[in-house]
Amino acid sequence: MILNSKILRPIMKCALLSDIHANAQALKACIAHARAQGAERFVILGDLVGYGAQPGEVVDQIMALAAQGAVVIRGNHDAMAVQPQPTDTSLGASTALWTHQQLSARQSDFLAALPLQVQEHKTLFVHASAEWPERWRYIDRPELAQTCLDAAAALQADRVFVGHVHHQSVYYRGAGQQLMSFKPTPGAPMPMPAHRQWVVTVGSVGQPRDGDPRAMYALLDDAAQRLTFHRVRYAHAEAAAAIRQAGLPAYFAERLENGR
Amino acid sequence: MKLLEPGHLIDGFEIMECVHAGGMAHIYHVRYAADAAGVRRDPGFPMAMKIPRMTAGDGAENIISFEVECQIMPTLSGPHVPRFVATGDLIRMPYLVMEYVPGQTLAHWVEAEAFTPFETVAQIGAAMAHAVHSLHRQNVCHLDLKPANVLVKPDGAVVLLDFGLSCHAHYPDLLAEEMRKAVGSPVWIAPEQVVGVRGDLRSDIFAVGVMLYEWVTHELPFGSPQTAGGLRQRLWMDPQPPRQRRAEVPEWLQEIILRCLEPEAAQRYPSASHLAFDLSHPDQVTITERGRRTRGTGFKTHFKRWIKAAGMHYQPSPLPSQQIEEVPILMVALPHTDVSDATLYSLREATQRSLGIRPGARLACVTVISPSATSSTESHKSETNVHRQHLSRMKLWAQPLDLRDHQMSCHVLEAGDVAEALLRYAEGNHVTMILMGAATHGLQMQRFVATVPIKVAMGAPCTVILVKQALPFESWA
Repeated sequence: MILNSKILRPIMKCALLSDIHANAQALKACIAHARAQGAERFVILGDLVGYGAQPGEVVDQIMALAAQGAVVIRGNHDAMAVQPQPTDTSLGASTALWTHQQLSARQSDFLAALPLQVQEHKTLFVHASAEWPERWRYIDRPELAQTCLDAAAALQADRVFVGHVHHQSVYYRGAGQQLMSFKPTPGAPMPMPAHRQWVVTVGSVGQPRDGDPRAMYALLDDAAQRLTFHRVRYAHAEAAAAIRQAGLPAYFAERLENGR
Repeated sequence: MKLLEPGHLIDGFEIMECVHAGGMAHIYHVRYAADAAGVRRDPGFPMAMKIPRMTAGDGAENIISFEVECQIMPTLSGPHVPRFVATGDLIRMPYLVMEYVPGQTLAHWVEAEAFTPFETVAQIGAAMAHAVHSLHRQNVCHLDLKPANVLVKPDGAVVLLDFGLSCHAHYPDLLAEEMRKAVGSPVWIAPEQVVGVRGDLRSDIFAVGVMLYEWVTHELPFGSPQTAGGLRQRLWMDPQPPRQRRAEVPEWLQEIILRCLEPEAAQRYPSASHLAFDLSHPDQVTITERGRRTRGTGFKTHFKRWIKAAGMHYQPSPLPSQQIEEVPILMVALPHTDVSDATLYSLREATQRSLGIRPGARLACVTVISPSATSSTESHKSETNVHRQHLSRMKLWAQPLDLRDHQMSCHVLEAGDVAEALLRYAEGNHVTMILMGAATHGLQMQRFVATVPIKVAMGAPCTVILVKQALPFESWA
């Protein structure tokens, strides 16, 4: 197959990781899994910290990836950890102050400097909906994926990879007018032809919420135009123990054990 | 796109003559182009190239269905699909190169003027069901089965063609729409497809039923509807029984055909392997009222179903391979020589337990006898007599089983090598699980010789349960 020379496509495998939530064990397992699958490049779609007990360790690991060329996007929890809002009493904000205290100045500066979105040719990387990135809108149905896609189209992009929702799903346009949603089968590569429009939520590395405690990430093979969603086993008991040891709410530890 | 001249080169393929110039695509014989040194690669089989006719006047569905076919073809393997060779870039130069399979399509058989003998219908029908099952095991539903897409090879094996409307359970379905429109050919399309369900393997079983119906009666069960209302008829309507149209259609064949054509998918064969099983064992088909009826379904029943069908709407379907797992074919190997009551009792208990947790599972009782057990000269050892004895012995064994929700059949195989015969049977009938005695099919002392259970367990294409003998009253002794 000869690729259209007008569209510059990097011929490499790229691992897409999101919502690590200070879970060092899950991050390490996913990086190792992706490298074994031939990943040469990493994109981190935000929420490096929050909820979990190892923010410093996770940020260090991702700074190392960034030094090797990884794209890193800012998530809502990263923003909160840089500037905790004492007035915010939501569940999401409950670990922000603690996280802030754990981070070194260097780690904090790294998070503070993260971009809200990055565009490469016709592909857009963003933590939540591209419609208004700093509003952190969830994409969990085709209509919301459509508004995200419309915002991307204004930037000449037709493929958007996002995190934030902690579920693995694909929104695509086929024969019909409206976007369709598709629930991928982990481990089964699916075709992702470049001439179609896509919004992909890659799932969460560090806090799965679908009842399966395994970590989630996706691997994009641009040369073969294929995307594979993966589930990776990791030492979730260790990550949960670290949360309890740090004195954080036990609920966040139980979540990791139940995958909910 | 205009017809290409022989000798034209596309991405290293040399166009030869045109095989088919249809409304949707042109198909050409092709070969690898000779390289600079004049050497031509030999793929080991003839090749064909399909080039879609994509001009401004063509509908979007034509283009998308070609894309669907290009996505699905490379994932398929096995003897029931043409081998995949290459695809061209969809935007720059769309084409699909695959194996050219010689043979005649089923249309040649179905549309023949003379009726085909029922045995041949059953034989080719079973080959077709095997091919469909092999597709389902690869998580693909064809969804456009019709005589023109079923190729019968000279050896009787079946190859399925044209995956343009197919659905791969692991891929986003490009033909699915929020509006859930019917996609398919009106004559063969299943009721659930009419309301937009794509991906139920039983839709393919319905299409096989339509083909068999047309083949034996020379008439279409639901005509060829031109309107949406006409299409919806099959949501509630039973077709006229084949025997009403042609009295000599055997009851077993009508039973099979009408079971394929049940409006509700759950009433049809749960998988194509179950259908293949019945078509290859006509004498074992359980004939119900469905097989015997010679008059159409009454107004009252149809009216009730019509009310129910009015509310029928789209529902997502489970993965085909998962659906197959849920309705397995269980095979129990029953020994007949040197067999203790304890063994037969334990086998029956194990069979009951295995069936109990699998509603809809089918049970095949199999016994292997030595070819020397029958004789063509001694009447008491005649093949029919010996087989009948074994069959009634097996039926007696099965009597205490609770067979509600299950179909059961009994089979006598003649073979010298018991393990080999059991394995061949399991493979040929897509058996999901084999139950057999742990020690009865071979002497316990033969520790260094491969005994029958070990040979079966090692060579089986499926799960094997080896049952230890135990009697409930042994513990009191």
